[in-house]
Amino acid sequence: MIPIDHVIGLSALLFGIGAIGVLVRRNLIVMLMSIELMLNAANLAFVAFNRVWPGMDSTKALDGQVFVLLVITVAAAEVAVGLGILLALFRNRDSVDPEEASLLKW
Amino acid sequence: MVTGGTEFDLLRWIPLAPLLAAVLHGVLLVVVRRTVSQWVTVAISCGAIGVSFLMSCAAFARLVRLPDESRLLVDHLYTWIGAGIGNQAFSTELAFQFDPLSAVMVLVVSGVGALIHIYSWGYMEEDEREDKGFQRFFCYMNLFAFAMLLLVLADNLVLMFLGWEGVGLCSYLLIGFWYGDRNNAYAGSKAFIVNRVGDFAFIVGLLLLFSLLSEAGHPTIGFQDIERYFAQIAEATLDLPEWLPGGPSYRAVDVVGICFFIGACGKSAQIPLHVWLPDAMAGPTPVSALIHAATMVTAGVYLVCRMSFLYAAAPEASEVIAWTGALTAALGAVLALVQTDIKKVLAYSTMSQLGFMFVAVGCGAYAAAIFHLATHAFMKALLFLAAGSVILAMQHEQDIGAMGGLRSRIPRTRWTFLIGAVALSGVLPFAGFFSKDEILVAAYGAGMAGGPWLYRLLLATAGLTALYLFRLYFQVFRGKSRVRRELRDRMEDPPGSMVIPLYALSLLAIFAGLAGFPQAWGDLAWVDIEKSNSLANFLAPVLAGSGREALEREIEYRLTLRAVLAAATGTGLAWCLYVQWPAWPGKIRSSFRRLHHVLVAKFWVDEIYGLLLVRPLVAISDRLLYRVIDAGLIDGLLVNGVARSVRALAANGLRYLQSGLIQSYMFVMLVGAVAIVALLMR
Repeated sequence: MIPIDHVIGLSALLFGIGAIGVLVRRNLIVMLMSIELMLNAANLAFVAFNRVWPGMDSTKALDGQVFVLLVITVAAAEVAVGLGILLALFRNRDSVDPEEASLLKW
Repeated sequence: MVTGGTEFDLLRWIPLAPLLAAVLHGVLLVVVRRTVSQWVTVAISCGAIGVSFLMSCAAFARLVRLPDESRLLVDHLYTWIGAGIGNQAFSTELAFQFDPLSAVMVLVVSGVGALIHIYSWGYMEEDEREDKGFQRFFCYMNLFAFAMLLLVLADNLVLMFLGWEGVGLCSYLLIGFWYGDRNNAYAGSKAFIVNRVGDFAFIVGLLLLFSLLSEAGHPTIGFQDIERYFAQIAEATLDLPEWLPGGPSYRAVDVVGICFFIGACGKSAQIPLHVWLPDAMAGPTPVSALIHAATMVTAGVYLVCRMSFLYAAAPEASEVIAWTGALTAALGAVLALVQTDIKKVLAYSTMSQLGFMFVAVGCGAYAAAIFHLATHAFMKALLFLAAGSVILAMQHEQDIGAMGGLRSRIPRTRWTFLIGAVALSGVLPFAGFFSKDEILVAAYGAGMAGGPWLYRLLLATAGLTALYLFRLYFQVFRGKSRVRRELRDRMEDPPGSMVIPLYALSLLAIFAGLAGFPQAWGDLAWVDIEKSNSLANFLAPVLAGSGREALEREIEYRLTLRAVLAAATGTGLAWCLYVQWPAWPGKIRSSFRRLHHVLVAKFWVDEIYGLLLVRPLVAISDRLLYRVIDAGLIDGLLVNGVARSVRALAANGLRYLQSGLIQSYMFVMLVGAVAIVALLMR
């Protein structure tokens, strides 16, 4: 069995890549993709932890896996909404650069 | 004491029928907002109170078929408030009880109430035009009937208090019914606020009684339970502040009794909370008849009788009650002598008669108090309704100085008014004689401090009663007419719907006294001694006995003779002054100008209260509580101050955080998240 440390390490790596992607890229589509990356890093951690602690001897705990399903569903919804907003933004401003969309600041 | 109870499901409809009618009126007035014809309004209202009366009769018929010792009907709806478990469990039930005491009250309230509802139709007919007054009036009247019936049927103190507050609310609404005139609205507020003082004492008494019972291990406020466990708290003592007289240690029952009595004082207009009743005459006359003469103001007497087991064990509280009652009786009678408003004379008379009832309960003659309560309800309702007919005929003129000689113009009103006056004065075969005589006998026989003076004061008051009532009668109906010319030829008796209640009440005022035929007269050949004073016998199982020996026959006959003489003297004096030598009252007035001035000013009680209580209170409320604390501290510093400082902070610094750069937001968020995780993993 792959040790838990390796899996968590991979998860942390993915999360870091995602976070940096969100912070430094100037393209909203790529930022969205980076967010997906972070979500999946969390998913990976969930299933990994679930494998290590599968519950007490008589009852099986599947909380981690159930959470993953939940996260996937929410992520799908989020992407749908996010891309919708993005499309609307692009149609109006001909750009997907987040710096261009700063009308509401003071 | 009665144990157990027979289920009787119809009981709930006695209070619920008027409530449903009131709600229906409310829906029509507020939600549907269409003018309903008077027919429909009257049908709903009178129908509802009629149902109440029929149910009361049915319950009464059921009650008297039960044996003496188990005369109690109960109807349990649901548990209103439940708390605690085990032997600390406490519950307040929404339940009604119908024992002989409630029976008398319910029959009086629903019976007189029904008659007055019918009368109101004619009286309020003109109120259609503005503000849907006609329907609003009947809505309030039904609501009042509900609250009053709830009060007398409640099987525990909390439910009774609900009715107690309900009647106070309806009283306020109906006194200020013609709120277009500012003074009427003020009179309503005054009644409500003065009542509040009494209600506060009522709550204190209720909580005190409850805490005493809880300490004894019986957390309960149901009347039956209180009576059952009362013996366990009868000897408890309470420590009150040093500055109170007779302290510092008091018997708890006396304190509880005084608290409930202060509550009764507010509702029943006894000194020192009597000031609201004369002003309450600002309401329509049927309201004065129903609420401020026959039913609501007697709630205090009912309360004391309902707790009679407590007062029988609280001699000091009883003494206070008796003396307060006697002083109120005398004060009311004296002030009634100088009033010139037809309704105010009757208002002070009501106050005085309520004083009589309190003397009776103070002397332990609870049955006599209830008897006088019932007969007084008939007589005073009759007098008020007849006065209402006079006022209607006079086109809302109420000054008796502008009346006179009305007897031939409105003969039906005159005869009914005369019957009411004669009955209340205590002339021999009429209702008022029997009930007042019983109270006088009780006052004579009560061996309390200053007992003889109590009796003499009451006897003199009985004489004054006849004097002021016949002064009123002679001023209005006899002598030379002082009516404005344009009115004189257009005066007429009210229509049939208003006269029938007058006739019905006249019959009651004449014959109701026979229910309490004195036991002492039992040896007159034609009366069965066992059956005489059937009312007292009927009430005996639920009221505490006075514990005193009956007076000797001889003495009782002598007392009766004195009462008759007092009434005759008062009547004769009134006849001399206002019919035979009409110039005399003016002369007497001018030779005792100072005294007359004091009486007209009602001993300046209103002014003294204004100076000592109202003005300081208003000043503190306005200058300190409103301007400094509310407007300055709360509004200025706390509410607006916080908002202003936040706004200043945001304008000068915080807004620059709102850069509009998503990625910088995200960076801050990430740093924050990492910081939190770091903190948690430490």
